[in-house]
Amino acid sequence: MAKLKSYKEIPIGGMIEKAGNSEDFKTGDWKTFRPVWNKEKCTNCMICPVLCPEDCIPVEKGEKPVRKETDFDYCKGCGICAKVCPVKCIEMKEEAGFNE
Amino acid sequence: MSKIMPFTGAQAVANAMRQINPDVVAVFPITPQTEIMMQFAKFHADGDVDTELVRVESEHSAMSCCVGASAAGARAITATASAGLALMWEILGVASGSRLPIVMPVVNRALSSPINIHCDHSDAMGCRDHGWIQIFNENAQEAYESVFLAVKLAEHPDVLLPAMVCLDGFITSHGVQNMELFEDKEMKDFVGEYQPKKWLLNTDDPVTVGPLELQDYFFETQKQRADAMMKAKEIYLSVGRELSKITGKEYPYFEGYQLDDAEAVIIVMNSTAGNTKAVIDKMRSEGKKVGLLKPRLFRPFPYEEIAKALSGKRYAAILDRAESYGANAPLYGEIKNALYEVQEKPKLKSYIYGLGGRNIFEAEIENVFETLLSGDFDPMEVGHIGLRGESQ
Repeated sequence: MAKLKSYKEIPIGGMIEKAGNSEDFKTGDWKTFRPVWNKEKCTNCMICPVLCPEDCIPVEKGEKPVRKETDFDYCKGCGICAKVCPVKCIEMKEEAGFNE
Repeated sequence: MSKIMPFTGAQAVANAMRQINPDVVAVFPITPQTEIMMQFAKFHADGDVDTELVRVESEHSAMSCCVGASAAGARAITATASAGLALMWEILGVASGSRLPIVMPVVNRALSSPINIHCDHSDAMGCRDHGWIQIFNENAQEAYESVFLAVKLAEHPDVLLPAMVCLDGFITSHGVQNMELFEDKEMKDFVGEYQPKKWLLNTDDPVTVGPLELQDYFFETQKQRADAMMKAKEIYLSVGRELSKITGKEYPYFEGYQLDDAEAVIIVMNSTAGNTKAVIDKMRSEGKKVGLLKPRLFRPFPYEEIAKALSGKRYAAILDRAESYGANAPLYGEIKNALYEVQEKPKLKSYIYGLGGRNIFEAEIENVFETLLSGDFDPMEVGHIGLRGESQ
């Protein structure tokens, strides 16, 4: 997360002075549980990237697509990826244990 | 050259609006404000102004219209009273929270229920903590001049807050008074063009107005609003000094009348201050040291200055034209608050008067002064002037 600014540093009245700023808005800080992915056990079956409701599991394209680490800036910790994984290589762990 | 005109308070305010020629005016009728917009609509129909006159379907919409116009970069004005102000309540906060310098004459009228169309200050007092500058006015002349002051104060880059110009319903709004109307050009030049730094319709520099702010930034934005309101206090005086050059009048935080050597002081706002002056003249001729303190700027409230003016006085009565149910009356509460740090404070008495337009007479005001001068009163007991069932 970007460092929060003081009341002396922000535009008045909540005005947003820069257009197209939604890209800077990270929504991943809601999560209570974080999916911890075991890369070694993963078979790159591509079930979790397809079923992720936030589309935040990146995939490297190619003849055989490869799953990359979850984008925690947007992951809400819903746990669907862990639930659908056929080889159980994703474990949901309490977010409080991670310091970002 | 200025002209002396026989105007109602409403005509006076409408003429101020004509001279300002705002970009947008939102119109919705409510007694006793309707008179202002009726006059202004005539100026509009006659081509005296080139304002965009928007006829809306409620006061909630009137204020919303002004919020939209002001955010877009326009100078926006509307006017209301009583229930109309209450219906605007939600959007009043949007206006001040978004830091939009909308100006609004408020013709003070009682709030329901029971329904009542006559004067008291419960409408304006109900939104005193909503981030609007509030200027109270004794008569048509003051209300007229305050509209110009309000525009310039609200739009000052260090302020950017909306402002209410309060005048008493019917008593001031419909009573015909001789008043001095200043020249169109002078007043137009005084307010000038509204030049916002950022505005919504500027496609070269797009901005978002009124976004969501949660735990991370809402608190910071409120602190800015509170600071701007405090800043408005000093800027009120500097804008007033500028206006003085045209009008020759003064625009202090409060008016003192025979105040300097007074032993007993009445503190009251708006039209009743006029009656009080007449009583003071009579009692002074009898050698009684009585005086008036008439607050003009109620938000931001000039605590230090009023404390200084009341320091060393023996007695003061605060006359509120509004109840605050289960609490000190609004003006009384502020005065008492202001005096906390003062060593030689006057003994205070709170009075409620004039609710729902109940008349107040000079004999009653004289009675208040006599009670004060006797020193024989319970400062904890609230008096009610002109209330049946209460011994006067």
